[in-house]
Amino acid sequence: MHYDCLIIGAGMSGLAAGIRLAYFKKKVCILEKHYRVGGLNSFYSINGYNFDVGLHAVTNYVPREIKLAPLPKLLRQLRLKIEDFDLHQQIMSTIKFPEKSLRFTNDFDFFIQEVGDNFPYQTDNFRRLLKAITEYNELSLDAKPISARRVVDSFISDPLLIEMIFCPLSYYGSAQEKDMDFAQFVIMFKSIFCEGFARPYAGVRQIIDVLVKKYKEYGGELRTKCGVEKLNITNDKIKSVMLEDNEVLTADKIISSAGYIETMQLLSSPFPGGCKARQGKLSFIEFIFILAKEPSEMDYTTTITFYNSSDKFAYQKPNDFIDTSSGVICCPNNFQFKKPLSYGIIRITNQANFQLWNRLTDEEYKSQKTICLESALKEVVKFVPDFSDSIVFTDIFTPKTIYKYTGHLNGAPYGTPDKIRNGRTHLDNLFICGTDQGFLGIVGAMLSGISMANLHVLKNS
Amino acid sequence: MTRDEIRAKILEIIEQILPDEDLSNLKSDVRIRDQVEMDSMDFLDIIMELRKNYGIEVPEDDYMKLSSLDSSVDYLEPLMKHI
Repeated sequence: MHYDCLIIGAGMSGLAAGIRLAYFKKKVCILEKHYRVGGLNSFYSINGYNFDVGLHAVTNYVPREIKLAPLPKLLRQLRLKIEDFDLHQQIMSTIKFPEKSLRFTNDFDFFIQEVGDNFPYQTDNFRRLLKAITEYNELSLDAKPISARRVVDSFISDPLLIEMIFCPLSYYGSAQEKDMDFAQFVIMFKSIFCEGFARPYAGVRQIIDVLVKKYKEYGGELRTKCGVEKLNITNDKIKSVMLEDNEVLTADKIISSAGYIETMQLLSSPFPGGCKARQGKLSFIEFIFILAKEPSEMDYTTTITFYNSSDKFAYQKPNDFIDTSSGVICCPNNFQFKKPLSYGIIRITNQANFQLWNRLTDEEYKSQKTICLESALKEVVKFVPDFSDSIVFTDIFTPKTIYKYTGHLNGAPYGTPDKIRNGRTHLDNLFICGTDQGFLGIVGAMLSGISMANLHVLKNS
Repeated sequence: MTRDEIRAKILEIIEQILPDEDLSNLKSDVRIRDQVEMDSMDFLDIIMELRKNYGIEVPEDDYMKLSSLDSSVDYLEPLMKHI
């Protein structure tokens, strides 16, 4: 079978790319390894409880009047309406360090005020940083990497404020240990602080269902349980795609959301001179608790709490199974819904070490999950009300789970720190979209698919 | 298609891309991007809709000629009069 374009992976970026191509009458097929779509952002049910993975919140929320921001941009590109995502805004989130807390909402002026109140002597510095952020074109496809730490250090003189700003931005998208590329920093800063958080009432499945429906409506073909075994190269081009069941497909162009290094590993002949991109190292463990009551009944109305137990924030692969010294506590109930969710949910995300998890036997794996669960709970109740008596069900995913469902090396959901901004590879008809292209977050992922489809398939055809 | 029909088709395309914009007061001789909030991605969509709906290829060097409604009709008239 021959296609105009084959897309590897039915995550947010692959689906968005697929919608664009199908809408403009390209013969397109998305190849998804798993039986379920969504990739990094997916969902499942156990015991009648619905769980989301990936998405804590949709970032980049802006009010309807704003037209030239990433979220409305992607809605227009996909011919969707804001109502299709059924987004409800957050209540309030907070960054908690031992000495200080910084709260933020979807009203950016509130955050500026918070910074001013907590760090009065940094007010002008913070404004100068904002100016640099506003003036920077983070979506440029050929920007050279710059250290965000260095840029922020040049404006802000209080190390505590710097650590507090980096904490949520790193957790929600940095593929790099200890630092971020400034373009990525700007994308995250705008999407989290300047814009804001929202969540569909039904969670991530709302968005995935809408994307799949739209894609099929425009005539796109989606194959699940359809892993790619090999990309066969002839004369600097992908000549054919061999699937795991040995079926062979051909296409003019191929867009892969499988990750840059992961895609290179599918090539029939190795990367000339060896692939220079570094593997991502950062992985996570997440605990999802179903609670007998709404967290608000325990006086907990915060949407997302980013906590850190010391004044220095360590964003790096831990030497242990889990690093509980920092983490993210997400409460899906605490968005401005018109009616409450069916049950209370708390999700805790901590950094974790893939290699340690990966070498355990089944038995050890199970007991290690329990050990980590206890240590994580012990730490988070210092920052949120103790909800442990209300837990009725717990599910845990580890770096191994992330690897299994996303195929990302080292269970690193944010992929390689060396992003491929323009999506080009050394092969003429193979392109990269998704997390390794470098637009971050769920909105960024969709924009990445859209931009790559526009640039490499639609614009020049 | 007549000039008026071409004009209507262009407006139809813009409306499809920007469903929230009120296009009733769009001035024919002023740059479209100065009157409605749109970015380069939206502009590119006009080009692609023309290709999808009418098989018209607008080379990148001619994008400037589609900046206002009047100039778009001028440019598209020879390409669309037989449709």
